Amino acid sequence: MQIYLPIAEVSVSLILLLGLGTLVGILSGMFGVGGGFLITPLLFFMGIPPAVAVATGANQIVASSVSGVMAHLKRRTVDLKMGTVLLVGGLFGSAIGVYIFNFLKTQGQVDLLVKICYVVFLGIIGGLMFYESVKSMMKSRAGKRGKRHVHVWVHGLPFKMRFRASGLYISAIPPLLVGAAVGILAAIMGVGGGFIMVPAMIYLLGMPTKVVIGTSLFQIIFVTAFTTLLHAVSTQTVDIVLALALILGGVVGAQIGSVIGAKLKAEQLRILLASLVLAVCFKLALDLFLTPDELYILAEFGS
Amino acid sequence: MIRYLAAILTFLTGAAAAQEEIVLGLSHDTVSISTDFDGSDILVYGAVKRENPIPEGPPLEVIVAVSGPTERMTVYKQDRKLGIWVNAESVEVDEAPSFYAVATSAPWTSVISAVEDLRHRISIPKAIRSVGAPDDVTDAQAFTQALIRIREKEGRYRLDENTVNMREETLFSTSVSLPANLTEGEYTLRIFLTREGAVVGDIDTSIIVEKVGIERWLYNLSRLNPLAYGLLAVAIALIAGWLASAAVRLVRNG
Repeated sequence: MQIYLPIAEVSVSLILLLGLGTLVGILSGMFGVGGGFLITPLLFFMGIPPAVAVATGANQIVASSVSGVMAHLKRRTVDLKMGTVLLVGGLFGSAIGVYIFNFLKTQGQVDLLVKICYVVFLGIIGGLMFYESVKSMMKSRAGKRGKRHVHVWVHGLPFKMRFRASGLYISAIPPLLVGAAVGILAAIMGVGGGFIMVPAMIYLLGMPTKVVIGTSLFQIIFVTAFTTLLHAVSTQTVDIVLALALILGGVVGAQIGSVIGAKLKAEQLRILLASLVLAVCFKLALDLFLTPDELYILAEFGS
Repeated sequence: MIRYLAAILTFLTGAAAAQEEIVLGLSHDTVSISTDFDGSDILVYGAVKRENPIPEGPPLEVIVAVSGPTERMTVYKQDRKLGIWVNAESVEVDEAPSFYAVATSAPWTSVISAVEDLRHRISIPKAIRSVGAPDDVTDAQAFTQALIRIREKEGRYRLDENTVNMREETLFSTSVSLPANLTEGEYTLRIFLTREGAVVGDIDTSIIVEKVGIERWLYNLSRLNPLAYGLLAVAIALIAGWLASAAVRLVRNG
């Protein structure tokens, strides 16, 4: 069954779109990532124009994140205060990011820079998470527990705030900076930024894994809603019909995902996410280095 | 007086040249893109009207060419730099149709000569217009060839030989299938009658391709009031996400 997308101006299989939405929804609910890093490349493969894929991906993530946050709110695994602080930094960051993106666009080669960004960040984060979670799994198997709280320089900064849900008493500066950094990268890479946010919260801010997912989703809702609006106004590439098809699959998937996520151990969850991030990174890196089948690429003039 | 006679003379020779005229019919001349649009087949049929008997010699052949709205494109050639494949040289193609299909009643080389093809711009390479490449690009030809190759693979450009049925050098028919990923706009349909590779008659008409219903409404809103469109997109996403979690809760509790 085919469906015609009014903005993308292509006709695609509805079943395929629903399936893709469900798959990404499950990931979203399990790991607290928006899934943008996965949905955007997959939409390219289906023949959706890249600009439409990026903008509509953001729109779809709004819905799957809302659905995910509702499930987490019920289990009280969202740190609203931390989420708000991250969000303030995040909105500043995305505004700066959009500015940088437009600047790079006028210089040409923006596609390449986006791809390199993906490979570098996915590689670093996936590698770090994989290493850490394997290490902590070994420790817990040996019967030892890792130290719960590590005192690093981050904890010596001023403007301290108490984040009850996370059990933290730290300065507001690191979360603001983390939010801003993620916002910049998110706008340049056209994703919600959950795959950067989640490890940053765990390793930089020292938040417990269970709270991290809900809080990340909470923050992603606003960042992606903001991105959707920016794209609708500036590039006019948000396709509501495409988004709706992805959302229908995605909201169901997110519920399934959050149930699966609650049943798995934190270390297992991290190892799974790390493997996934590394797999996508590997695929993108291959595309950069291997000789393409078709040496020529078509682009609309001026884009 | 002499000028008057000359005018009559040109009128008469003009009429003589158009001895074989085309009478054309289409199954439909508008294509409506609705949500479940899955491509469309247009039946093109026609007859050759003539006052005199069919001329002796090689048979009459027919070419049907359908062209979508033209776009300005950039073709990039990728090159390996520091081990990474990047976009290097580029050539602008001033006019490339978004869709182009040619159907003929016989093999291409026997229906039209190269000179006539060049004059009427019928074959795929001739339908693309590329004015000058930058000086540093030596093989500009390769870029337009790549454009054609990529679009042929996507099914946007097609040459279908022997697909026009011709009966008694008078009646002809063919079916033009428009793909599902169609761009909106005015499509031109051109029919050429040829004899010995020379065009002896031609006619053109247009087919309007347009979005209808909700597709039309959404497209217009996104262009005329982008802020409202963006807010609508976000609102739909928020409501859908909330409804889904509410539904799951109901199912679990009930």
